[in-house]
Amino acid sequence: MSEIALTQTPIHIRHGSNIGQPLTRRDGVLKVTGAAKYAADQHPPGMLYAVLATSSIARGRVAHLDVAAAKAHPGVVDVITPANRPALALDPDEKSNPFMFRLDLLQTDRVRYAGQPIAIVIAQTLEAATEGASLLAPRYETEPARVGLDDGESTALQVVGPGFPAQAQRGDVETELAAAKKSITQTYETPAQYHNPMEPHAIVAAWEGDTLSIDTPSQGMAMAQGRLAGLFGIAPEKIHIRSPFLGGGFGGKGMISGPQVLGAIAARAVGRPVKLVLRRDQMYGPVGHRAPTRQTLRLGTDGDGALVGLDHHTKTMSSTFDDFFEPASTPSHTLYASTAIATSHAGVRADIGTPIFMRAPGEAPGSIALESAIDEMAQACGMDPLAFRLKNYAEVEPISGKPFSSKALRECYRQGAERFGWERRPLAPRQMRDRDGLLVGWGVGTATFPAVMFAAQAKAVLRRDGSGVMEIGAHDMGQGAWTALAQIAADGLGLDLDRLEFRSGTSDLPDAGIAGGSGHTATAGMAIYNAGADVIAKLADLATNDDHSPLFGAGNAGVVARGGRLFRRDDESRSESFSDILARAGLAQIEGRGAGGRPNPMEAHGQSDYAMHAHGAVFAEVKVDPELGQIRATRLVGAFAAGRIINPRMVRSQYYGGMIWGVSFALHEQAIVDRHSGRPMNANFAEYHIPVNADVPSLEAILVEEDDPHVNALGIKGVGEIGITGSAGAVANAVWHATGIRVRKFPITLDRLLEPQ
Amino acid sequence: MKTFDYVRPASVREAVSAAAAPGAAYLAAGTNLLDLMKGGVTRPDRLVDITHLPDLDRIENLADGSVRIGALVRNADLAHDRDFARRFPAIAEALLSGASAQLRNAASVGGNLLQRTRCAYFYDPASACNKRNPGSGCDARGGDNRLHAILGWSESCIATHPSDFCVALVALDAVVEIEGRAGRREIPLEAFHRLPGDSPDRESVLEPGEMIVAVRLPAEAARFAAHARYLKVRDRTSYAFAIVSAAAALRIEQGVIAQARIAMGGVALKPWRAREAEQILLGGRADTALFVRAATAALAEAKPSGDNGFKIVLARRVVARALALAAAGTPERMPALPGSPFAAASGVLAHV
Amino acid sequence: MAFSTTLTINGVKRTIALDDPRVTLLDLLRERLNLTGAKKGCDRGQCGACTIIVDGRRINSCLALAISHDGADVLTIEGLAQGDRLHPVQEAFIAHDGLQCGFCTPGQIMSAFGLIQEGQAGDDPERVREAMSGNLCRCGAYRGITEAVLEAHKTLDALNRKEVA
Repeated sequence: MSEIALTQTPIHIRHGSNIGQPLTRRDGVLKVTGAAKYAADQHPPGMLYAVLATSSIARGRVAHLDVAAAKAHPGVVDVITPANRPALALDPDEKSNPFMFRLDLLQTDRVRYAGQPIAIVIAQTLEAATEGASLLAPRYETEPARVGLDDGESTALQVVGPGFPAQAQRGDVETELAAAKKSITQTYETPAQYHNPMEPHAIVAAWEGDTLSIDTPSQGMAMAQGRLAGLFGIAPEKIHIRSPFLGGGFGGKGMISGPQVLGAIAARAVGRPVKLVLRRDQMYGPVGHRAPTRQTLRLGTDGDGALVGLDHHTKTMSSTFDDFFEPASTPSHTLYASTAIATSHAGVRADIGTPIFMRAPGEAPGSIALESAIDEMAQACGMDPLAFRLKNYAEVEPISGKPFSSKALRECYRQGAERFGWERRPLAPRQMRDRDGLLVGWGVGTATFPAVMFAAQAKAVLRRDGSGVMEIGAHDMGQGAWTALAQIAADGLGLDLDRLEFRSGTSDLPDAGIAGGSGHTATAGMAIYNAGADVIAKLADLATNDDHSPLFGAGNAGVVARGGRLFRRDDESRSESFSDILARAGLAQIEGRGAGGRPNPMEAHGQSDYAMHAHGAVFAEVKVDPELGQIRATRLVGAFAAGRIINPRMVRSQYYGGMIWGVSFALHEQAIVDRHSGRPMNANFAEYHIPVNADVPSLEAILVEEDDPHVNALGIKGVGEIGITGSAGAVANAVWHATGIRVRKFPITLDRLLEPQ
Repeated sequence: MKTFDYVRPASVREAVSAAAAPGAAYLAAGTNLLDLMKGGVTRPDRLVDITHLPDLDRIENLADGSVRIGALVRNADLAHDRDFARRFPAIAEALLSGASAQLRNAASVGGNLLQRTRCAYFYDPASACNKRNPGSGCDARGGDNRLHAILGWSESCIATHPSDFCVALVALDAVVEIEGRAGRREIPLEAFHRLPGDSPDRESVLEPGEMIVAVRLPAEAARFAAHARYLKVRDRTSYAFAIVSAAAALRIEQGVIAQARIAMGGVALKPWRAREAEQILLGGRADTALFVRAATAALAEAKPSGDNGFKIVLARRVVARALALAAAGTPERMPALPGSPFAAASGVLAHV
Repeated sequence: MAFSTTLTINGVKRTIALDDPRVTLLDLLRERLNLTGAKKGCDRGQCGACTIIVDGRRINSCLALAISHDGADVLTIEGLAQGDRLHPVQEAFIAHDGLQCGFCTPGQIMSAFGLIQEGQAGDDPERVREAMSGNLCRCGAYRGITEAVLEAHKTLDALNRKEVA
């Protein structure tokens, strides 16, 4: 059972149907009072502090660590290095599936990227552990680092992302491009980016015999449990994970990371609870990132501006020891109709930590390049960028030819353009100025993200006192799972929210799958919905077969649950409360179970009769100082269609957040890696820029209605990642429209806009 | 962080004596020092905490019309001091364009003068840096140096000074009051920071143990109040260090520039006063052509220290714009985005 | 060596024996006093998650040595609500969904509280955005945060007027 109690009554309780209501966050009070406990807030009795020492070189080996100096520091209890690290049951470099990543757990003295953990110092205080780690003063045998897309070793790719084919095509793109009336070829570059959730990865681990209890942020507790079980050689049930609140994840907490496992190793070594929290600079190495890309797009149109050929090639990077290649060409499969389409990926391997899923993997960098290229193609055709997009509207999924399960993109374009005032946009760039003389530009981008589902289970209970319980080990990283899933649960059980106990956030509850791929609400929601249906069916069985019940003879399908009562569908004057049904049956409670998701999580990418994607249109205004080049994204309007919306308040927040990530992608964030050492040189929040409040003065999100009968019974597609796609391109296109300068290397910084004057 | 002796002196004299020991450092707010200590960039053996010393947190208007700002006055308190901001609007604007509200609430005036460069190679103990570790070399030279110096740099160091406050102070001839074992001395702020030369580790003229006790602005500095601005170009709308900044202050009599002050930030290891440019402006009419000519002179000696040639172009434009903004007049109210190109030019001017 | 430091925290005066001069206010609160509301996002004054009110002003507690703040008055997120009654800033953050993951939220709220006390932004959204820019939010809840600060300012302003009248 979850220990997480929502200590105070949620401010907003809806009686009646809960789905679709803009309830405030159930965990809101906990979060605004500081009472929400994140992993690093835990402090079990007897706890010690562990601090990692990480490598400052990108390639070579650790020749010496001054363990004696570290141990001599007052308060230091132990130092773990490859020389004394306790044995594990599994080689951390073994890999049996694409969702299993190789970890650096002090297995050798080899260094394969900057920031790799090379030792753990454990002490009685944080101050002592921190200084102890510094006193290790490593000496290295350094080998030349391979840095960047041009320095790494080339590698042919069969798959990208979590297993998509690296190449795809429809039609003969070369022939079509050769015959095109107009064509463009352009190359775009996107930088390495780091997830940088505000909460650094943290773990508080405690062993009792061979039972491991941990507090750690996780977007996938069951997978983490499995990984830890394999490494420590114990049964998954022996591992108890609590992750009620994540301080942001964005994909970076999807797989358990090396440092989190090292915290558990440290706790076992010293036989006491241990807290290990990464420093911000340590977030730029062992916990994943988004790899840089170089994308070349070739587009061709006929005389009317209809695309005949679209070729999208991506060169991207992974580590020297593991595979995750950003699937950046994939948005070209979905977005625009073209007679022929080809996508491909090539890889290089460099001395860098392994990249991993980061909010809209593939779609984010791929979309900014594609949306820029589409604008350049529209310009070549002399067409308005929105008109060009509508001209090339995909009525079926271009790469597969399958119908869309639903697609309200046209309506997104319409509502977004109207709200934004797009019709007043001059075609030529550098035409608009505000009253202070700043250049003003407007751009549009199309948003898209697949409707992915994983697999989940849930357990539902109805009690004789009329209350209900829903149990699911779901993950709330800020998207609002505590709230939205509880809304689904309350409706599934036919209860008002204040009669529902919603248990979530720990690994002993039914597996909710991974909170990723924007699929958590759909996946966990379906499990909850089915668990609710299961328990209601059992309850209906009791009532409709009992001749003392007013529902006798109605049959299972003849009743509906609402407000803690079952009603006859054909005669709502006949009903009975859950309590009465259970009381008469002599039952204290009744249980049901449900599963959700698709057997193959990649189904959205190929194995269904329908192509399933959420869509949107984002319109952006930027202002640029004509001489100084400084840029500000002054206004964004996004219109998104993502199937059924469970909680519009949370969903708007997801869209705003995604749109800000889009601004960040276009204008702000990038990791600066020293070309000689391979070390990230801006591994901090002062120089790795993410937008501040003043960077995004105006955001609007329009929720476009969309009914999807195919995607799942609830009609949910997912909203977590789509906001970043479209937005990044819209901002980039707006910068061009403001200045007449097309920047193809992201982020767009002011030095690229300093035209000679 | 290395552990240290913590000393809390009762008087400036005691402080100076305690801080004269090798390895000692003064602790004021600590907003920069603790950052550096956590990063292993500096590892002092002793911290001399001056925050409890009396009388250093006052803004005094002296009889001769000058203003004396105690070393422990908080940046925010100075910027929001109505009288001070009215008389020295460019300084207030510079202060408010820097860091965040939280940092400005803590950071002291003396500490601002002594803040260290943001050069990533200085901050990274694994990199060669002549400033941090004399004689080790300069990895910034062949590294990422988009934001590095274009004026006054040397082969040993191409870092810049990060302060906004100091830029406006230097433009207005601020003087630093220093207490040392030999007593009190004062020095123009313009001469306080050293250019790197062969010894970038020596950042200021302070001798061991010497302590900044106050910064003084001469009476004359207030005469620019009607035409004084600070402009700061950044990679983010707020909470970012300057790529290039400039303070410009003019005294305009019957449409003619009677006196001009220009200083630049983000271009060198010290706030860079552009005296030749000031000379060009004297006696001229305030117009764009003249400002561009002055700006060109201000950057005459500039040369890239790496992939940062754009900063020369940018600095020229920043200076010309700052002059134009100053000529247009100080706004009546501090702009919502102080120092920003997005601080609307339109608005009511101050009636000073 | 132990250093005795006296702090008034959320209205309660406490004398603390510090065994280490390196302890920051943030680590003192979080690791030694079990006041874990203030968060450590960067530990270098670059994110604002650790914002607390010290002697009436919002500061980054990660860059403040505890020992140097002997005698200070400290207000943390734990001391903002009056029992079960949320402070208007807290209420406004919930109403405007000025939070997602919640990790930066205590810092945002204390910063908003400090800002309203400072009185520098008033009801001008642009000034609020600038004044709240020292608090990073990676989830991107800025719109709700700005709306929440403006509403709380209005509420508190009305309360103050009532008190004056």
